Amino acid sequence: MKDYQVGYIKLALPKGRFLWPTASLLGEIGLGLSGYSDKTKQYRLRSTRFPDLSAKILQEKDIPIQVAVGNYDLGICGSDWIEELVMKYPAGSLVKISSLSYGEGGIYAVTSAQAGIANLDDLLARRNDCRIVSEYPNLAEALALNLRMRRFRIFPVWGAAEVYPPENADLAVLWGKSAAHIAKQGLIPLKKLLPVTAFLIANRESLESKDLSRILTCFNSQLSAEPQISIENELDISKELNIPCPLWPAKEINLALPDGHQQAPTAQFLKQAGLAVQGYSEGGVSRRPSADLDWLGIKVIRPQDMPLQVANGNFDLAITGEDWLREHLYRFPSSPVKKLFALGFGTVKIVAAVSQGMPVRNIADLRAFVQSSPDYIGAPLKVASEYVNIADKYLRDNRISPYRLIPTWGASEAFLPEDADILIDNTQTGKTLKEHNLKIIDVLFQSSACLIANKNSLRSPGKKEKTAFLTEKLRAGLK
Amino acid sequence: MRDLLPEDMVRFRRIEDVFRACCCSWGYREVRTPTLEYLHLFTATGTLTPGMLGKVYSFLDWDGWSGERVVLRPDGTIPVARLYIDNMSGQKFARLFYVTNIFAFEGTGKQNRERWQCGAEFFGGARPAADVETILLAAEVIRKLGLNAVELRLSHAGLVKALLKEFSLSPAEEVKMTSRILEGDWHALAKAKCPNPEVGRLVAALLALKGKSSSFLHNVKASFPKASPDFKDSLEDLISISTLLDNQGCQYKIDIAAAHGFEYYTGVCFQFLAAGEKIGGGGRYDNLVPLMNGGSIPACGFALYVDPIMKLVPLEKEKKGKSGILVKGEELNPETVKACFALAESLRDTGYSAEIDFTGRDESDFRWVILVSRNKPSPFVVKDCVRRRPRYSGASLEEVLKVVSEG
Repeated sequence: MKDYQVGYIKLALPKGRFLWPTASLLGEIGLGLSGYSDKTKQYRLRSTRFPDLSAKILQEKDIPIQVAVGNYDLGICGSDWIEELVMKYPAGSLVKISSLSYGEGGIYAVTSAQAGIANLDDLLARRNDCRIVSEYPNLAEALALNLRMRRFRIFPVWGAAEVYPPENADLAVLWGKSAAHIAKQGLIPLKKLLPVTAFLIANRESLESKDLSRILTCFNSQLSAEPQISIENELDISKELNIPCPLWPAKEINLALPDGHQQAPTAQFLKQAGLAVQGYSEGGVSRRPSADLDWLGIKVIRPQDMPLQVANGNFDLAITGEDWLREHLYRFPSSPVKKLFALGFGTVKIVAAVSQGMPVRNIADLRAFVQSSPDYIGAPLKVASEYVNIADKYLRDNRISPYRLIPTWGASEAFLPEDADILIDNTQTGKTLKEHNLKIIDVLFQSSACLIANKNSLRSPGKKEKTAFLTEKLRAGLK
Repeated sequence: MRDLLPEDMVRFRRIEDVFRACCCSWGYREVRTPTLEYLHLFTATGTLTPGMLGKVYSFLDWDGWSGERVVLRPDGTIPVARLYIDNMSGQKFARLFYVTNIFAFEGTGKQNRERWQCGAEFFGGARPAADVETILLAAEVIRKLGLNAVELRLSHAGLVKALLKEFSLSPAEEVKMTSRILEGDWHALAKAKCPNPEVGRLVAALLALKGKSSSFLHNVKASFPKASPDFKDSLEDLISISTLLDNQGCQYKIDIAAAHGFEYYTGVCFQFLAAGEKIGGGGRYDNLVPLMNGGSIPACGFALYVDPIMKLVPLEKEKKGKSGILVKGEELNPETVKACFALAESLRDTGYSAEIDFTGRDESDFRWVILVSRNKPSPFVVKDCVRRRPRYSGASLEEVLKVVSEG
């Protein structure tokens, strides 16, 4: 399977925010890659101009890692995800070739206007520890270390970092269009860590030994002459920002509701249960919808983050998927999070799948295959999954050895067969897997939306009655 | 990642044994701290630099949902200071020592991620006598290990801090400059522009000159009368320490650049170098215990780095090559096996090391080989592998022991 790659120049292209500007850039410089759009259902692109150039569309977050490990020679992604990687692994094999002419906003350290912190000195003067929430845990850690914070805790999240301060975090490290844009959300930008622009990056080994010149020449006209961005570039933040200071009083009971795919069915479920939540069911814009119950606080966050946020007591109850609950419990078996009941929607299967071409039908075959044909897959077995703890446990339980996990941010099917040998991911019908020439070799479990709770909240005298009331109200939605 | 093979362990144990014996004879007592510690122990200002903290192996604990992280011990001194505060703070003085491994993330894959050190800490020890005590103890260990051409370099964290202050840097710039200096980049300071030209001259002089006795420091004091009071205080401290070392006949070089590595030092700092490599270092850290809420307890200490020392430490010659006794059973039958084990036990009880073999092992590594068979009346034949004497056969157990003991 490795032979497929020899002689090819491989380019990793981003999904999401940079897809359109990148597609238009590639059109201009004439790489001849057609089909790079958000409507495309395929991940692999071939160049009509350069027969040895191939490209793959990946989640932007995955691109720096994939280029660093050498699965791709070149890649395009935002400076934020590059810095997030090199901050922790500075001696890695990632080379920033140049910034491209597009990008927007920057990564900021922000706090809530309500927290009474006006600048970094105020933050550092506080006696208690600093809770930092971020999609960029390495950038957040570097910030905390450089500020010489005496005690801090970092909570990595999959998204929605802006909704955590002030109740659930003291500081958030997040992307914002501008300081004013951040201020509009009731947050104070304390420090701009770096501007976000798209970068052309390369694998060091490829750059040192492989002829990439024809492709790099095409980029020439677009390579920006600006100095390379480093994390130390600090821009002035205007003190004249007009920051609204909304009042978010602490509530007795806190509920987390999911955004994304789960939002519409969850809204429908709440309606069935007779719980009116304003700012959620309308396909909502609000991260803080409200209910008629004055003691109930609601926040909309990523379902992936909920078990941990319930465990640490930020929320008493949450609606998430059983997959994410298991992912959490496999990592932290003594966590105080508990499933109360399934809600009957959002049902998916968590499966193990391999490429059609791999001669295995089930996990036992795979085990034998890994042991007998290490050359075929180039041991260790590479496993792509967004559920790293579930995948880890599954492979351990099934005595697959050796293996290496490649954490992904969804769409693991794009990794097979070139960049991974097996995926562990969710599927509703199995259709997408089939379309990408993959076959399911095992179903790990079935998962659907469920109500989870913090065990301590269920027992605590101050919360017991109201959590029971809310739980019963939601249970009514099942009928 | 590195394995320590039998030869390496001989060297390792020798270093450890000499170190332990010296420390015990100076009244230090051994302690051991856990491999896992809480991260926050190391994050406060004045403990580890951000650069070093960027290289710790840290991960979530079993209750990781709380965000609390633990680390593989990245430093030897801070955990021992914690141990002292948690368990011994009632004692005004504590002389402690340890042999421990420390862990640092290593991006290139070329260096060890796990390093061993032998360290001693003196809590409550006031300057300058305690500083001199730790330096002399470290020097004694180095001498007893038989290391040659070891250079002692002295500096003073107070001098460095006083000089930095003169540059009137912003707090952020000062933090950056401190980190660079602690990482060994003194050029940064030499290049920085100082508002006071006198200080520029002083920095240049201190970087260029290497004093060899306390007289040098007196000369510095006389040449720069306008130096800041902080600088002068630290200079006096270093003068008193170097004078005591002069009196002890201890040789050293004064090298301001020898202050690097740890942010927690407040007073004298020292390094030992051999064959161009740092083999140890230490200093005074009076703020560390107060910073960790342990009260105002002054302290100083040092650590010797086992890994570079292992490459330098000479081994006793007789240990190499021929040693020990091979008890060789000619056949694998119950009677012979029993006789072999009984003989080996007697030999061990008498203080020899005896290895048993039934497979025709190579005899060249051994001092003696004793063949064991079913022959009557005596089953033993003794071969002298060094002096090539004729075999001594038909021996009884007592006779075998006698032959071996007579060499």
